[in-house]
Amino acid sequence: MEALDGNAIAGLLHDVFGAELTVAATVCGHCGAHAVVAECEVYLGGPGAVARCRSCRGLLAVFVEVRGVTCVDLRGLASLVV
Amino acid sequence: MTAVAEETPRARTLSLEVPDWPDHRAGQHVDVRLTAEDGYRAERAYSIASAPGEPPAITVELLEDGEVSPYLVDVVREGDVFEVRGPIGGYFVWSPEAGGPLLLVAGGSGIVPLRAILRHRRLSGSDVPARLLYSSRTLEDVIYREELAGADGASEVVLTLTRDRPLGWTGRTGRVNVELLADVAWPAGDEPLAFACGPTSFVEVVAAGLVELGYDPARVKTERFGATGGR
Repeated sequence: MEALDGNAIAGLLHDVFGAELTVAATVCGHCGAHAVVAECEVYLGGPGAVARCRSCRGLLAVFVEVRGVTCVDLRGLASLVV
Repeated sequence: MTAVAEETPRARTLSLEVPDWPDHRAGQHVDVRLTAEDGYRAERAYSIASAPGEPPAITVELLEDGEVSPYLVDVVREGDVFEVRGPIGGYFVWSPEAGGPLLLVAGGSGIVPLRAILRHRRLSGSDVPARLLYSSRTLEDVIYREELAGADGASEVVLTLTRDRPLGWTGRTGRVNVELLADVAWPAGDEPLAFACGPTSFVEVVAAGLVELGYDPARVKTERFGATGGR
């Protein structure tokens, strides 16, 4: 599956967080790389959206919609500054 | 949907009338959501083709195995209604205050948000120099061909054709690589602002190539739409 980037989940993020987040600053919880949301790798082919660090490929965030509820897992993000 | 313009045999521009549209920025996109009678939903992102201040419009290229583009290219008619969410995005956007010189690099339908940027630049009277490098399979696949051919003096358009070239074609051929970028792109010393949009593999080559040429990675904005083009 080929990776897109954080632009592809801008609408999803807006729905979940109520703000434009593609320019929000991220710090990877695995390798410490600094980036912005738009630059992360995004995979949309599975049952949800998966965001990975472009530097180390570590898992940053997972979004899965289950019966109308969006479940958000952000455990791979050390920091997200809006 | 208020109007249709055929751009190529496989792409068309849909003008939209969206209630409470808050105006958009050049480079933003919308998510189009289609819901089938059985409740099945499909959603895809499409870049906004029009400049800020103009009514929103999207240009859609047909993907043979797509879920959304066949409907938007072959089925939807003037007056039809579908769901859009947007405008979306704050990273892959340009306004005259962001300056330049601008280097825009498009692969296939990746031209759409870059066309919005070029239109915005022209309509706002910006004097930021702009250069567009546009890679297309064939001349027939070039979207906005007439508009791009009429580029004003301060903006340049360089086309490269990767598959078929018409007889007598004297322009560039072949895929974008670091050599072509070195030939076409502004020198890194000019501190250019670059936007690259296209299939993932295309954007990777362009972004890496520009950084190799000395571009500041923070001034190389990228937007990827996958192997076959989701936009």
